[in-house]
Amino acid sequence: MVKKVIKTFEIEYLQVMDTEGKVDESLMPKLSDEQITEMYETMVLCRTFDDKGFNMQRQGRIGTFIQFKGQEASQVGSAYALEEKDWMVPMYRSGAAMITRGFPLIMLYQYFSGDERGMKVPDNINMLPMAIPVGTQSPHVTGLAMASKIKGDGAVALGYTGDGGTSKGDFHDALNFAGVFKSPAIIICENNQFAISVHRKDQTHSETIAQKALAYGIPGIQVDGNDIFAVYKATKEAVDRARAGEGPTLIENYTYRRPDHSTSDDAKKYRSEEEVKEWAAKDPIDRLRKYMMNKGILDDAKNEEIISKAKEKVEKAVEEYEKVSEPDPEDIFKYTYAEMTPNLKEQLEDLKD
Amino acid sequence: MAKLTIVQAVNAALRNELAKDKSVVLMGEDIGVNGGVFRATDGLHADYPDRVLDTPLSEAGIISTAFGMAVNGIKVIPEIQFSGFMYGPMEHIYAHIARTRTRSRGRFNVPMVIRTPYGAGIRALDLHCESGEAIFTQTTGLKMVIPSSPYDAKGLLISAIRDPDPVIFYEPMRLYRALKEEVPDEEYTIPLGEANVVQEGSDLTVVSYGAALRDAIKAVSQTGYSAEIIDLRTVIPIDTETIINSVKKTGRCVIVHEAPKSCGLAAEIIARINEKCFFNLKSPPERVTGFDTAVPFAKLENYYLPNEKRIIKSLNKVMAQ
Ligand SMILES: Cc1ncc(C[n+]2csc(CCOP(=O)(O)OP(=O)(O)O)c2C)c(N)n1
Repeated sequence: MVKKVIKTFEIEYLQVMDTEGKVDESLMPKLSDEQITEMYETMVLCRTFDDKGFNMQRQGRIGTFIQFKGQEASQVGSAYALEEKDWMVPMYRSGAAMITRGFPLIMLYQYFSGDERGMKVPDNINMLPMAIPVGTQSPHVTGLAMASKIKGDGAVALGYTGDGGTSKGDFHDALNFAGVFKSPAIIICENNQFAISVHRKDQTHSETIAQKALAYGIPGIQVDGNDIFAVYKATKEAVDRARAGEGPTLIENYTYRRPDHSTSDDAKKYRSEEEVKEWAAKDPIDRLRKYMMNKGILDDAKNEEIISKAKEKVEKAVEEYEKVSEPDPEDIFKYTYAEMTPNLKEQLEDLKD
Repeated sequence: MAKLTIVQAVNAALRNELAKDKSVVLMGEDIGVNGGVFRATDGLHADYPDRVLDTPLSEAGIISTAFGMAVNGIKVIPEIQFSGFMYGPMEHIYAHIARTRTRSRGRFNVPMVIRTPYGAGIRALDLHCESGEAIFTQTTGLKMVIPSSPYDAKGLLISAIRDPDPVIFYEPMRLYRALKEEVPDEEYTIPLGEANVVQEGSDLTVVSYGAALRDAIKAVSQTGYSAEIIDLRTVIPIDTETIINSVKKTGRCVIVHEAPKSCGLAAEIIARINEKCFFNLKSPPERVTGFDTAVPFAKLENYYLPNEKRIIKSLNKVMAQ
């Protein structure tokens, strides 16, 4: 009879910069001052966009809006690690990741006002449209990455899921296929600790999401999702490994959903305001600003300039958004097939008269 | 007796059955402390914490485990948060829930009610607006109920819960809070498979169900026609007899639904009319439906919906002959 341990596992947690903006230099990823400034500018732009979107929803100027406030480090830091040829698969809360990849602000406002023209990803960005179903993104990432591997185009694919999304079979399929086919895929789980009202601990009995990777024989790591350097470092390493043919990675960005789930939700029903305040104190943008100020990359004047530039960009997007003409009802029919069927043509004619 | 909305009537039916039958269990996403994203299960978790279960976020997980529970003696009522997310669990619905009575040669049944909100018209997001009933009407072995009023919602839901077969209970999201009516405090049932003649008439027959029925009623009221309006209430099984008797009398028929046109319920109803009373027809039946496209987002959804203007056009058309 034999009874012995045949395998033990460990899960790493990574934080590079603490809440005071102090970094552990030995862990600091290679980033120039210009790159760090660009990351900061992007986060400020994203926050300005997000706050404005929320206000516009409250004023009835757009429809249901989904905020990412507080998750900027998690999204900007990970999207920043991609090259232009790489693929990204956003979920509905991935606005900041999309903006990082150059998705026009105005189109996001259009999307949230129920204008489908806001979904057409510009031709120069390798990205799927924002998709509303929870969890479907992950296996799509695996597939996009498999295609790149087969084609040998050197691109990797990265996508986002929430902690809730890890409960779906899709998550299993994504990691299992990615492991089996050594797909150059990076799955980012933004563990913001809530799936609408359901807390992370009621989502899975696992202690971490990251450890789920191990069951599929692929690396998994948990990072401080409010630390942009940790997020960037973990993602960049995963991207480099994927590009080198070493296969997929699961990254759990441990963060917090500060806003209500969406503008249709009321989180007071299921969580305490104190908890939200505690997490506001760990704000990812404040943290990077402290670091940059200490380091002398940023001063008050430059900070003001960055903030007012972001405001200008957002105001301009809003102005353009409010001037957009109404979509043509023909749009309902145009994209169902490559060519409109006789049946659809008839239905369109009916609609017109 | 109190005036209730459809959501409140659904809540009342669930509360009634939880109280009456200890084997009733509710499960779904955010249905516990949060009371459901539309508040359909509001307050139920507080009173029945062990039988109103918040689940992990997996529709396939909910429906597949519900199947096991149902076969093993639990009256399980899963909620799918929006009907656009019914397709993850489709393998379990199609291959097991709808088929286990047949597969087990009658040994096992699956007494479960899957509740889910459906339909457009509330400016909701992608996949929050679908009317997918035709996908289930072709899933033989299922029953399917679509109420259009608070009174019916309570009586039909109680019947569905007590039915020995699996039932999809499609709740019209657009009507959730749109109308209030007197709903008895005590329990009552409305038999599945019986349509409701909402209004009698002699010129033409209008058949509809769910949210679209309300549009049909409004449209009819704007014309001078004497229309017999039939609310199907149960879309499987269809109450063929009520429809045929009415069309035999009027000789004209307009069918209104939100779901896409091709191979939808209207097509089936017209086929039954053709089979059973073709020679009573004075004019070809008309369908007013959604288009054979995805439901457009908020900006264009009113074009997609079978709105009053489109319904009136068809009413006039069948009356022209
Ligand atoms: C398949 C599916 N089921 C249910 C929903 C409704 N829904 C939208 S978001 C959400 C919670 C998602 O939580 P999580 O994955 O943790 O992401 P988060 O919203 O917290 O970013 C639910 C249940 C959906 N969009 N898709």
